[in-house]
Amino acid sequence: MQEVADLIACEECDAIHSRSAPGRNEIALCSRCGAELERDMSAYSRRVLPLAIASFLIYIIANTFPIVEMELQGIVSRTTLIGSVLSLNAADMPFVASLVLATTILFPLIQLLVLIYLLASVTRSGYHPAFNLLVRLIQTLQPWVMVEVFLLGTIVALVKLTNMATVLPGVALWAFGALTILLAAVSSFNPRYIWKMALSKKTERSHVS
Amino acid sequence: MSANNTPNTAQAVKQTLKGESAGKELPARTAASLGMVSCHHCATLWKDVKGHDRCGRCGARLHMRKPDSVNRTWAFLIAACIMYVPANTLPVMTTASLLGEQPDTIMSGIIYFWVSGSWILAVIVFIASFLVPLFKLAALILLLITAQRGSNWRLLQRAKLYRLVEVTGRWSMLDVFVVTLLAGLVQIKGFATVYAGAGIAAFAAVVVLTMLASLSFDPRLTWDVNEQESRKRV
Repeated sequence: MQEVADLIACEECDAIHSRSAPGRNEIALCSRCGAELERDMSAYSRRVLPLAIASFLIYIIANTFPIVEMELQGIVSRTTLIGSVLSLNAADMPFVASLVLATTILFPLIQLLVLIYLLASVTRSGYHPAFNLLVRLIQTLQPWVMVEVFLLGTIVALVKLTNMATVLPGVALWAFGALTILLAAVSSFNPRYIWKMALSKKTERSHVS
Repeated sequence: MSANNTPNTAQAVKQTLKGESAGKELPARTAASLGMVSCHHCATLWKDVKGHDRCGRCGARLHMRKPDSVNRTWAFLIAACIMYVPANTLPVMTTASLLGEQPDTIMSGIIYFWVSGSWILAVIVFIASFLVPLFKLAALILLLITAQRGSNWRLLQRAKLYRLVEVTGRWSMLDVFVVTLLAGLVQIKGFATVYAGAGIAAFAAVVVLTMLASLSFDPRLTWDVNEQESRKRV
């Protein structure tokens, strides 16, 4: 088995292209199907770590404070995201409850923590035994992180409730809005460029020593 | 954001192996035809790959194509089609209030929004909960059948269709989140209580199954046909 370093295959149509490093802010597209082959991440990769840490802090706020408060006949009811998941689980809906738990709480948390760990360690030590496994893990989780869909769902639920009771958006709703924007910025970083970063660090180090 | 998608900054790499301008009608050379395998995870290209080799850079198992793609995608799709029926007929939630119990299906929820004057929300929910799942099922069945028959029909449009399916798929989870929140929040005993219904479980299953189907479909199967055709012509 041998690496072909000067060529790249399109991930969507398998067409072969010569691999030329994209210049600043350039994106290489497949000439046959138009899919993205490679993009320049040099400027962006330095910004991902601070963005990921900011997302993690907002994530904590979004999950500890109530999302909505409702008042009906003088009785106030409020719920956090985890509270709704638990009450769904208690109402004999374990499948839906675990799906919501995974897509809005568990997977975003794993994705953020692993990404922070990887980006922090790649600049220091380069490769690590669990390194490959962790990058592949966040690549697999990426389609299942649905914070932005959840935000839209919250807004729909809020409007539905306004016909019935007085509703007050909670702190967590704003936090989820901020988290959606931050996560969109974080997830536009394709984790596969971490390998490239690790590789370039390695060669840098070998040049120095 | 440093990487933006405008055509000005995006420079298409327009070189094939021969280095000449590759028109879309010219058969492009593919990794498979050269006996090379591209890693699904880190996009490193390898040649002389044997049966169970793993990628030398990231350790992922190497495949020429996603394993058993057509069969797996069909299995997920058929399961999704079966679950689609209870998802649309069973109530997704029941609102119990002083006036009695009112079950709501996906469609009746949309109609309620429309009638009560929230047209924008009615349209959003209609697209996310009704059109997107239906579009996904239809698009994936079309992609599978054309790939299986080795059809040469509108290859570029089919590639774009697959991309659209991948982008829109997640948004049908919308109703699942709406019901989760309402069932968690509206728990005022005696006045109003919202229960999640069996329909939402079926609906969530449809979303998960169609997402698994689109993940297990290999878009390269669409283009493999082109390859065989051009080889025949030569």
